[in-house]
Amino acid sequence: MNTQIDAAAVGATPPSNEAALANAAQIRARRRHSFVITMRIVILVAVLGLWELGARFGVIDPFFFASPSGIFDQIWIWMTEGTSQGPLWQQIAVTLEETILGFLIGAVGGVFFGILLGRNKLLADIFSVYIKVANSIPRVVLGSIFIIALGLGMASKVALAVVMVFFVVFANAFQGVREADRAMIANAQILGASRSQITRTVIIPSAMSWILASLHVSFGFALVGAVVGEFLGAKKGVGLMISTAQGTFNANGVFAAMVILAVLALVVEFIITLVEKRLVKWRPQPLSETA
Amino acid sequence: MVDRNDGDMPRRAPFLRVPKYFGQLGHFGQLGRSRAAPNVHADQRRPNAAGVQHMLQTSPAAQSASTRIAPAASSDVAIDLSNVTRRFVTPDGKAMTALRDFTMTVARGEFACVVGPTGCGKSTTLNLITGLAPPTAGEVRVMGQPVSGIRPDIGFVFQTDALFPWRSVLDNVAAGPMYRGASRKQAYEKARDWLNRVGLSRFEKHYPHQLSGGMRKRVALAQTFINEPKILLMDEPFSALDIQTRTLMQDELLRLWEDSGASVVFVTHDLEEAVALADKVYVLTAGPATVKSVYHIDLPRPRVMEDIRYDPKFVEIARVIWEDLKQEVHIGQKRTLEFGH
Repeated sequence: MNTQIDAAAVGATPPSNEAALANAAQIRARRRHSFVITMRIVILVAVLGLWELGARFGVIDPFFFASPSGIFDQIWIWMTEGTSQGPLWQQIAVTLEETILGFLIGAVGGVFFGILLGRNKLLADIFSVYIKVANSIPRVVLGSIFIIALGLGMASKVALAVVMVFFVVFANAFQGVREADRAMIANAQILGASRSQITRTVIIPSAMSWILASLHVSFGFALVGAVVGEFLGAKKGVGLMISTAQGTFNANGVFAAMVILAVLALVVEFIITLVEKRLVKWRPQPLSETA
Repeated sequence: MVDRNDGDMPRRAPFLRVPKYFGQLGHFGQLGRSRAAPNVHADQRRPNAAGVQHMLQTSPAAQSASTRIAPAASSDVAIDLSNVTRRFVTPDGKAMTALRDFTMTVARGEFACVVGPTGCGKSTTLNLITGLAPPTAGEVRVMGQPVSGIRPDIGFVFQTDALFPWRSVLDNVAAGPMYRGASRKQAYEKARDWLNRVGLSRFEKHYPHQLSGGMRKRVALAQTFINEPKILLMDEPFSALDIQTRTLMQDELLRLWEDSGASVVFVTHDLEEAVALADKVYVLTAGPATVKSVYHIDLPRPRVMEDIRYDPKFVEIARVIWEDLKQEVHIGQKRTLEFGH
């Protein structure tokens, strides 16, 4: 009897209730989302507005700290009239090319050596000391060496970007290989996988989350490498624009170049996220809190 | 009553040769264990030969068994571990003995379970058979050959989830044939057949994280059985499942195994699971593990897991073996509390 009543009580929970619940949750989620967006815009406008007002009314000295309108004007001039070393798009293209080349070479090298040393205990034991030493050197300093050795062209910037990227990716790939699940490797082995098949089908996929995480960070490093390289000596590039602006006490120019670099980094970050989503679509999606 | 399995030739246990034990280090099973249940016969390692004989002669079941105690033809033996000791060095440089003087024989088509207290070295037996862990002393033979490297006719089901999370269910099951050089088309065809057998055809495009624990185990079983193993090793495969799912999976396993004719070594700490599944149960001592006793389970097949645990015969067998295992569990527990490992 009791069980019947219980069953009836459970059955009586109207399905419309559930639908209403889901509906309410959706509305709440949407409201929250629009609130977040609004607040972001409000903060941006407030900061830029206060900065601009401060500059206009003499609270902030625009000579040292620039002003939003000045930065915008500078970008506009660069876009319409070009920079002192040629059109703006050319500078961006050069910097981007150096960054991407350095990023690709560094990432591929880092992944390759990370997996090689991760899979080979003896090599890892021999080389680990040197890698630690190389990693502890402030690598930006190598930029001067590269410019002496490779000249003012693209090669020296690419080399600096490679060095910046390599160690980050290497460390992550190495750790990713080491963290690969023992049972999964044993499973593949017993299912009949050879050593190289294990590397390809178990080790690399399981190190992939680590590697992708490092790629996010290391693209920023590649950009730093390229810009610092240009800063130290170059004929073209956004880094050179910064150093030129610095030489003419043009704070707006420095900030404008910074904005351009930030936009570049964000665009590439977005592309990397897209690639990551495709590569690790097997990963569980986190449950949304409101759902 | 005992010989119900007699018509069932390939599955019948070749009884361990009792005299074989006498020369070995006697292990001290509790004496006075002559009131073995009629359908359990234990070959117990003890220095006292008369004790064993006595026991064998008191029960009618054992009597018929004694007629069967003859050296099994070597072609019938699938797995043979004789006097195996396995020591290894821990990362902090201490030598540990996981297994000492361990002897076990599994016939072709036989289902053997290994039970023992937690952490006694049960899983080591499986690693010896795969060749992933070489023995320090003694000999391991599989299908009559000494073990050297991983044999292609071995299947292994792990305790933890060893599926590849980045592969779909279909790709997970097809992994074995693909590793072994089958074309993608052949491998998929075979994998679809096996998915059908474990009832997961509708889920071939899913990823492991989208499945329940029981479904993931089904995938693991299909992944293992697709290679048609002659030796099937299972390391507490169902221990992470809830009890209802576990019962279903045990049924599933028995069904797949009965079609395959494989020899099974199934490691578990769950005695009831062991009795329900096995032809033969090995009770191990608290570590370093060695065989304490061997029991032959004469429950008729096919067995239905949902009902078997209420079968009075099952209950009696489980009770008898538990008496034996209990002591080792207590020793293991005490040691853990004293030494913290």
